[in-house]
Amino acid sequence: MLLCEDRIHPSRRAALGSAGALFAWSFMPKFAHAAGGRDPRFVTIILRGALDGLSAVAPVGDPDYGALRDTIALSLSGERSAFALDGFFALHPAMPNFARLYKAGQAIVVHAAATGYRERSHFDGQDVLESGQPRPGLTQSGWLNRALAALPPGERIAHRGALGVGPIAPLVARGSAPVMGWSPQALPRADDDLAMRVMDLYAQKDQALARALAKGMETDKLATASGMGGMKPRGGPADPEGMKLIAAGAAKLMAAEAGPRVAALAFEGWDTHANEGGATGQLANRLGGLDSAFAEFERDLGPAWKDTIIAVVTEFGRTARINGTTGTDHGTGTVAFLVGGAVKGGRVIADWPGLRQQQLLDGRDLKPTTDVRAVLKGVMMEHLGLSAATLAERVFPATADLPPLRGLVA
Amino acid sequence: MAQSEKDARNVIALQRFGFGPRPGDLAALGGDALGAMRQIVRLKAVAEPVGEGLRSTSQALRELDEFRTEVQRKRSAALAFAEAQRQQEQMNGAGAMSSPVVNRPPSSTQIPQVIFRAEADARLRCAVDAQVGFAERLVWFWSNHFCVAVSKGQPVRVTAGSFEREAIRPHVFGKFADMLLAVEKHPAMLIYLDNRQSIGPNSRAGARRGRGLNENLAREIMELHTLGVGGGYSQTDVTTLAKILTGWTVINAYDEDGELGDFRFNPNRHEPGDQTLLGTRYKAEGVKQGEKALADIARHPATARFIARKLARHFIADDPPAMLVERLARVFQDSDGDLAVVSLALLDSPEAIEAPLVKLRSPQEFVIAALRATGSRFDVNQALRISQLMGESLWNPSGPNGFADTEAEWATPDGMKVRLDFAATIARQAPGSANPSDILDATIGPIASAETRRSVARAESRAQGLALLLMSPEFQRR
Repeated sequence: MLLCEDRIHPSRRAALGSAGALFAWSFMPKFAHAAGGRDPRFVTIILRGALDGLSAVAPVGDPDYGALRDTIALSLSGERSAFALDGFFALHPAMPNFARLYKAGQAIVVHAAATGYRERSHFDGQDVLESGQPRPGLTQSGWLNRALAALPPGERIAHRGALGVGPIAPLVARGSAPVMGWSPQALPRADDDLAMRVMDLYAQKDQALARALAKGMETDKLATASGMGGMKPRGGPADPEGMKLIAAGAAKLMAAEAGPRVAALAFEGWDTHANEGGATGQLANRLGGLDSAFAEFERDLGPAWKDTIIAVVTEFGRTARINGTTGTDHGTGTVAFLVGGAVKGGRVIADWPGLRQQQLLDGRDLKPTTDVRAVLKGVMMEHLGLSAATLAERVFPATADLPPLRGLVA
Repeated sequence: MAQSEKDARNVIALQRFGFGPRPGDLAALGGDALGAMRQIVRLKAVAEPVGEGLRSTSQALRELDEFRTEVQRKRSAALAFAEAQRQQEQMNGAGAMSSPVVNRPPSSTQIPQVIFRAEADARLRCAVDAQVGFAERLVWFWSNHFCVAVSKGQPVRVTAGSFEREAIRPHVFGKFADMLLAVEKHPAMLIYLDNRQSIGPNSRAGARRGRGLNENLAREIMELHTLGVGGGYSQTDVTTLAKILTGWTVINAYDEDGELGDFRFNPNRHEPGDQTLLGTRYKAEGVKQGEKALADIARHPATARFIARKLARHFIADDPPAMLVERLARVFQDSDGDLAVVSLALLDSPEAIEAPLVKLRSPQEFVIAALRATGSRFDVNQALRISQLMGESLWNPSGPNGFADTEAEWATPDGMKVRLDFAATIARQAPGSANPSDILDATIGPIASAETRRSVARAESRAQGLALLLMSPEFQRR
């Protein structure tokens, strides 16, 4: 039988209730004492489909911006005007929460950012972004998971594992460190006796399925204990309502004392090839969803918000010039966002490359000047306490010449 | 060969290449499941979904157009009525007291949802009712390879099913080049990957309207449909193919000729001039320029390798044996992409029986297999909802690369938890009173482990025994 109760720390077991504790712990590291007063939370949101950074945060001060963007260009005046962030950049009007957090010093924009990937395939781009490897197709583990696995065994963050939200865990969260999984539930729950028997069979015959189901059961118990049993799906990860709901669920789990400290979410639908829209429209709706996700995290994390950083990243950007169908095709440089109470914010970080034809990469894309891996390394160094060497070798392999960007954390 | 070994081979074939046996199938097949599959290929026997609500693509798009016009008309009428009422009340001096009641227009998802559900029902029934299921599994494979996603909007929602019936099914045992052309010309694909709006910058329409290229379809044709991402094409090739395909569009309400919703080549939008793609020059000859380019891409050696690898990954293992991939690629190349010949080569490969059954069933495969094994009543709404909860919404992948085909994507904590909940639900609904151990014998029996047999036999109830059967590794994997 799989009932490894002897390995369960009593206080942990009490926190989860005995039913939850039955399944999950045989492969979990031993629960250690709480480390210090600080209890950091770190969320990664992957935007799949390539976010148009020039629309999310428009360089309205660049003389070439207006002509490139034509009918979908944002403006600082008129109805639905963009939020001025500084004298040069303006935030999309669909993002009032981000604007508020930026003013409060809790949000950073990193512009003209990209990974090291320079082709234009979504799927390879996402593979590079999430695996943290220099090239696609190298591993089946993500940088977030490897970061957790690299934390010292006593760290409380590592014990909870990463939370992968949705029925398909994002690659960024997959790997040897335990992954919890959750998504809004809508089926009657199988009873515990059946679950235990299935776990027993898997323990004898199929370790891969045993690991996955055990983590699924564990998160489910935690979700029930956090009062999320009745959360019903409304819209998927490409829908503004769905984004809100997913964020609220992840935040509630992360706020729980026994909950995970690290989570990965994926929002979809950013591949705006046609009729992208400007201040209103397709992209505006999705940015609104992302923006309300920030508000959900802020509200549901409660006091933990002050120790939280949310990093929002996408596989690449889109063409600087709108295409023939009032949309944008696959490009390179884009934006990344950092949001949360632990962010030293109120800044746009950009080494602006310019938008003149000869300044564009291959004559078509915003040229990347900041590597998002340097940003993520900086956050993980100062927020989670990983060393530069670990980050350069294990988390983002072969990036020794790409130092962590410092000073992002308050 | 001993009977027990024959039985095991039959179950392996039905699991790997079908949706698993229903009780009774093993006996009915007369002892040679692979032989039955070969016969299906030779006869090119691909099921045709049937149902009252099925429409052709152009008919579906016309109905959608009428429906939208009607919704618009009702909305305008309701607003006009409210305005008249407001004026009337103002004249009566009651304007400040009551607000006008605006009748809400009918929900604009009605017709699209009706068509989608009819298509889904007919499609999934083909799998539930299939005896050997090989052709149906290939339909699913190709449909996912050339996927469209209904979240794109109502025009794709109403044509996703007819796309599969019109562009995929007729070519499952035909030539790959023919399937490719049928797919890329189909309105559902032209809408999904934005080509219907793409305009040659130097075409008459481009010069007049200042609109231009959209390279979405061109890129995904080479990256996802044919050559694969390492297949040797450049950004210039993407842009060139996009130019070649300008003018490939769908007849809309404003076009004067032809039936709304049909494919149309619009010469006014087509980029003029010869084009050089992947080193080959294609003369300016309208729609033929694109047809010839696609025919050549379909025969490219990189396409043969890409398709061979995907097929082997789907049926044999996440990381398929290199020898098998090579063999299938050679057969693909030598037969000029004859998918009947390639399918036979797959059935005839030693891996067909000898490779271990390690692939995890996709959520939809699991739903269908569970219904078949338990004889539960098929309910399209339930099947759609469950597949969605497990991350595989019918005809709605999150990107044009389709749903994943590896265990890493499906054996997730949440995914397995939903499988368990679903197994418990379906086991409670299962009709009849057969002993779960007897159902086990009649389905996965010949390959079931002693542990699985024991677990099912010791269940505290019939429903629990069936749920354990459905969750057993031998049932989850194929």
